[in-house]
Amino acid sequence: MEVNPQEPVITLEHVWASYEADSVLEDVNFTLYRGDFVGLIGPNGGGKTTLIKVILGLVKPRKGRVSVMGQPPEVGRRVIGYVPQLQIYDKDFPIRVWDVVSMGRLKPGFSRLRMNDQDKLKVEDALRQMDILDLRKRTINELSGGQRQRMYIARALAVEPQILLLDEPTASVDPQATSHIYQLLRELNTHVAILLISHDVMAISSYVKTIGCVNRRLIYHGAKEITSEILGSVYGCPVDLIAHGVPHRVLAEHDQTPEERQ
Amino acid sequence: MIQFLTSLWSYTFMRNALWAGILVSIACGIIGTLVVLNRIVFISGGIAHAAYGGVGIAYYLGMDPVLGAVGFSLLSSLAMGLVHRKEGQRADTIIGVMWAIGMAIGIIFLSLSPGYKADLMSYLFGSILAVSTMDLWLMAGIALLSLAFTLLFYRQLLALSFDQTFVTVRNVPVGPLYLSMITLIGLTVVIAMRVVGLIMVIALLTIPPAIANLYLKDMRAIMALSAVLSVLFCTLGLIISYVLNLPSGAVIILVAGLAYVLAALIRSLLLRRQIPEEGISVIG
Repeated sequence: MEVNPQEPVITLEHVWASYEADSVLEDVNFTLYRGDFVGLIGPNGGGKTTLIKVILGLVKPRKGRVSVMGQPPEVGRRVIGYVPQLQIYDKDFPIRVWDVVSMGRLKPGFSRLRMNDQDKLKVEDALRQMDILDLRKRTINELSGGQRQRMYIARALAVEPQILLLDEPTASVDPQATSHIYQLLRELNTHVAILLISHDVMAISSYVKTIGCVNRRLIYHGAKEITSEILGSVYGCPVDLIAHGVPHRVLAEHDQTPEERQ
Repeated sequence: MIQFLTSLWSYTFMRNALWAGILVSIACGIIGTLVVLNRIVFISGGIAHAAYGGVGIAYYLGMDPVLGAVGFSLLSSLAMGLVHRKEGQRADTIIGVMWAIGMAIGIIFLSLSPGYKADLMSYLFGSILAVSTMDLWLMAGIALLSLAFTLLFYRQLLALSFDQTFVTVRNVPVGPLYLSMITLIGLTVVIAMRVVGLIMVIALLTIPPAIANLYLKDMRAIMALSAVLSVLFCTLGLIISYVLNLPSGAVIILVAGLAYVLAALIRSLLLRRQIPEEGISVIG
């Protein structure tokens, strides 16, 4: 199969959207390409959740156009493996790892209600890829934060996705598990496009290929460093940056051109 | 003892009551588990109380109150289901309003109806001893419907209860599934009302799954154990209420409530004993 890393998989053109009053998007333009591993940072309430909901077709933009694989998001989203933010109350739900990951094999409509053998193989593959095959019979309250997060990524992989969309993948995960998760994501990036959204600059800046910022408006140039433009034009992000004590290496130096950085 | 039980079984009203307990328990075990896991206990309470409006109107028009209750509970469950899907967590105010309006309509129409209304108390507090053969068929039908629905859509229902957003993104028809589930809750509420009354319906729906969930971590198993527990509570409550000449609905709920307290205590004792062992295994 020919795979062109320059093929756009998600496109947002002049998107304006609002969801629950305080998180709003203004004139957002963004393209995710097949080979991308993009991290978007932004403060809480800066529209991160809205952006995800717009891409998944759960929130309709007021203005502008969204497409996933050249189709409307309600259709295109079937190739998206979505990894939601960990919810505390999920832990009490009586469900086993196998059943959670099996959700990735749910079919649209009422066409096929049960899993067939191939579905089961895909679930097994996804569990193996995330190193949690031996945990498949555990209930989710018996998992650590890192294991739970890997379970959700496995569920997204069971979809056989072309795009992975992750919301705060390492919030409430300890640093060691975090680096493990990002290593796994990096391996996956060889055949899926990855877009992740987080308020934690520290966690993502050293792992993703390119970084951007969303705070009502979206600033993204396909570069690795957090440029002074991002810092300057997005109010709120600098506050977060200082709070997390970002090392200098993620900041662009003045005498460097983008080419030199590659 | 055996003689006592066979003598109970010889009364038609007692036989009907025991059957009612079993049939309602099957529906309650299955649907109650979905109610608890979907965190929509409040909606089931709302449906039960709003259904009283139907009872009142049916009484006023000289119809069978059960019919009124079914009509109103279907209507209110659909309305509450739609509001809940649209508004999410903020829906509880609107559901509370519908709850109260239904109740008020019931009370007003009942006061307008002429004649003797003694058995209306039975809708508030239950009257398992007054269950008719007709009621039993309705209960059997709803129990069967709940069972068939859950067997057919088990995987989808489990996923829906756990993570609605993900299921929506998979393009599973969440709306129709959710509304079918809410409708079944409405029907189950009506038959549970015959047993324990609308005020205590919530308890019969939620206590058995709550106990089962203390010990089991599998939705199918929780449904099955809930049904078994519910049969146990209904039967035991019925016999105790008969012997002591007390209101059956209240005794059934009291038995269930005490069982819950006991189950929770036993579990916390078990956990306390387990914690040191786990600690050692983590270190080792």
